[in-house]
Amino acid sequence: MTNRKDTLNNLLVPLLSVVMGFVLGAIIMVIFGYNPIDGYSAMINGAFGSSFYIGETLRQATPLILTALGFSVAYNAGFFNIGVAGQALLGWLCSVWVANIFSDLPGLILLPLSILGGVLAGALWAGIAGFLRAYFNTSEVIVTIMLNYTALYTTNYLIRNVLTDSADATPRISEGASLRAGWLTELTSNSTLHAGIFISLAMAIIVWFLMKKTTSGFEIRTVGLNPSAAEYAGMSSKRTIIISMLISGGLAGLGGVMEGLGNFQNIFTQGAMPTIGFDGMAVALLGLSNPVGIIFSAILFGALKIGGNSMPMISGVPTEVVDIVIASIIFFVGANYLIRYFIDKRARVNKGGVK
Amino acid sequence: MAESVNVIEMKGITKQFGTFKANDNINLQLKKGEIHALLGENGAGKSTLMNILSGLLEPSSGEILVNGQVVNISSPSVANKLGIGMVHQHFMLVKKFTVTENIILGMEQTKNGFLDRETAKKDIKELSEKYGLLVDPSAKVESISIGMEQRVEILKTLYRGADILIFDEPTAVLTPQEIDELISIMRALTKEGKSIILITHKLDEIKAVADRCTVIRRGKSIDTVDVSVTSPQELADMMVGRSVSFKTQKKASQPKETVLSIENLTVKENRGLDAVKGLNLEVRAGEVVGIAGIDGNGQSELIHAITGLTKVESGKITLNEQEIQNKTPRKITELGLGHIPEDRHKYGLVLPMSLEENIALQTYYKKPLSKNGILNQKEIKKFALKLIEEFDVRTQNETTPAGSLSGGNQQKAIIAREISRDPSLLIAAQPTRGLDVGAIEYIHSRLIEQRDNGKAVLLMSFELDEILNVSDRIAVMYEGNIVAIVDPKETTQQELGLLMAGTSLEQARSLIKQGKGKESVRID
Repeated sequence: MTNRKDTLNNLLVPLLSVVMGFVLGAIIMVIFGYNPIDGYSAMINGAFGSSFYIGETLRQATPLILTALGFSVAYNAGFFNIGVAGQALLGWLCSVWVANIFSDLPGLILLPLSILGGVLAGALWAGIAGFLRAYFNTSEVIVTIMLNYTALYTTNYLIRNVLTDSADATPRISEGASLRAGWLTELTSNSTLHAGIFISLAMAIIVWFLMKKTTSGFEIRTVGLNPSAAEYAGMSSKRTIIISMLISGGLAGLGGVMEGLGNFQNIFTQGAMPTIGFDGMAVALLGLSNPVGIIFSAILFGALKIGGNSMPMISGVPTEVVDIVIASIIFFVGANYLIRYFIDKRARVNKGGVK
Repeated sequence: MAESVNVIEMKGITKQFGTFKANDNINLQLKKGEIHALLGENGAGKSTLMNILSGLLEPSSGEILVNGQVVNISSPSVANKLGIGMVHQHFMLVKKFTVTENIILGMEQTKNGFLDRETAKKDIKELSEKYGLLVDPSAKVESISIGMEQRVEILKTLYRGADILIFDEPTAVLTPQEIDELISIMRALTKEGKSIILITHKLDEIKAVADRCTVIRRGKSIDTVDVSVTSPQELADMMVGRSVSFKTQKKASQPKETVLSIENLTVKENRGLDAVKGLNLEVRAGEVVGIAGIDGNGQSELIHAITGLTKVESGKITLNEQEIQNKTPRKITELGLGHIPEDRHKYGLVLPMSLEENIALQTYYKKPLSKNGILNQKEIKKFALKLIEEFDVRTQNETTPAGSLSGGNQQKAIIAREISRDPSLLIAAQPTRGLDVGAIEYIHSRLIEQRDNGKAVLLMSFELDEILNVSDRIAVMYEGNIVAIVDPKETTQQELGLLMAGTSLEQARSLIKQGKGKESVRID
């Protein structure tokens, strides 16, 4: 009886978060003396107004889908993998590294090999936290935060000292390792959209299948929802923890591969963690850790970023205000408990009331 | 009605959740100084009605009169002000606080900005003497017994000035002796002019203590009867809506080979103290062995050790001639164990998951429910529907979350899952906790059926009725060991009560002969 209603309520929360974020953004624009209608129309145009912009938006969404999927797998098992960013960075690094080492191999072998390198790097990095959690019951939150920094500085060190001779960026990867596809570039009027979008969409289907249709997914969900019942049912919580963290990190690593082999075609030293990590977590939470929801919310995030670029030029809203608008939307996504609270309260009031 | 005033009158109370009417035009009158039982199956609408009275829910229609005045109980604090207090089934106490601190919590009196503990202590002492609620005001709650905790809960409501007390299944956690004491406390309360609503589905308690009883079935009030002229059988039939049998029908047991044998078992509880201390026990095929005992004497640890959920410190557990101590739960399950866990929400079910997934919880990894790691949804559905039908699990459909089923149906789903695997040993821990007579009758007959099919059944329960009714042998557990094994045909509730309190069998029998059973325990 409550089943369908719950689903509706569940959809209502992220939708309201987005709407409230946009409203707050509009208020901020008004306060700073800009016309929010101009601002938002510039944003929408700049995200979906032409095939080029659509291509850019989808390209931006590509890694976010993967990092969000990665976060969601661990989240479903009851773990908060804050290390998505670090795992993505190492995935990026290793994919470029493999592509550069074996640059002479034919593309048919080189591309999968490079991708695999990135996936494995992310998986192993997350696996450390999983292993420590399973066997020593350490908090995966703290371990993955720490591993983020380790990943950041290790990557910078390796770029400067191993991959290059004290340069800040590696050379471009060879054609064979690139995810760029001529027809996609053409179709989207020279946007940077690459074939990685298909990998992302395929992974969304695979993750959905894994979680809903396989015994491992069933175990992951059971451990996440009720670890005691999982133990009672003879599921190995250690195994499940490690498997879910490996999958989570592998997907995050694949997100990084999209940056290395698709977007940038190289890797350069980073001043901070790549944003696809933390944005991916927000995407997963907005998408309710559901693959379909994740695709939509990743596209929304992509649109905010790409469309936001057009706002200063077209409507004169400065970049800083654009960032505040984006941040306010993310804030409401994070504050969905607040929104849920008000929805529940309204529901209670509607149910009650003496006639 | 002329002889006494109605302190509470609930008229035509209806509470609708969506299309579902949890309460449908219910009427209830509570007279001053009476103990009024509210009887009904699980999900009949008792809790909804009481939540309305205590301000947690607002009715869709109907009116409530307190002392003749129409009131709008819009929140628990309004209920408080009207003198309505609830003694919850699950105690809401801060374990680390003292009795006094718990009682005054939220009502603290201060002197010069400091907590005035001394006055509070004095007030509490007065209250407790007035009603015979003996407690030590400076003891920490974590160090007192469950019966004491309940007294603290009662004192809490009295301290807040309650004149109308609602007891929600107060005896579910008590020993027989504690129940007797509670009954005399309730009598003392009414003597002082308090009025009591007693929510329960235990008929003998209603007979023992209540003046009148309102029966609720499927959200409707069926009748309000005078308890002294109504038999338990009549009450049960009214509650369930059909004729119910109390005594579980069973033939004499025919025990065969030993299925479970426990030798010298020691198990630690989570604080590191020995909870089971060198225990020995055998359960044979074709018999039900009941473990009686007061909560906290090592029963839960014993069962967790057998089922692989807790580490065994030392000793040997043999199931079907294989040693199983410290094996994984799955290994033990596969060797022929079925387990109806004590805490069905914590262990037995994954509440947010669908009923069909919960039914598949123990066998999902095997054919035909899955193949090569891929779940076969069709087979899972088929399996679930078969068990839902066979075990009469009342649910909207198989994809309903397990958490939205009633307690009785949740338990049926667990029992269906465990029995369907055809285990040679079935462990049932508190299998009927919180369930109504209809569901209890059903579950008991299923346990007996297992026994008659030549399976071994180990039943752990705090309910002596259940133990006496279902078991073929009763093992009494006290402080981590089995202190006596008695024949249910030769023992009595009183004798079991004494054994559970640590009296030896000889002593218990001689005490009963002298007619001193109850008093001696009270002095302890």
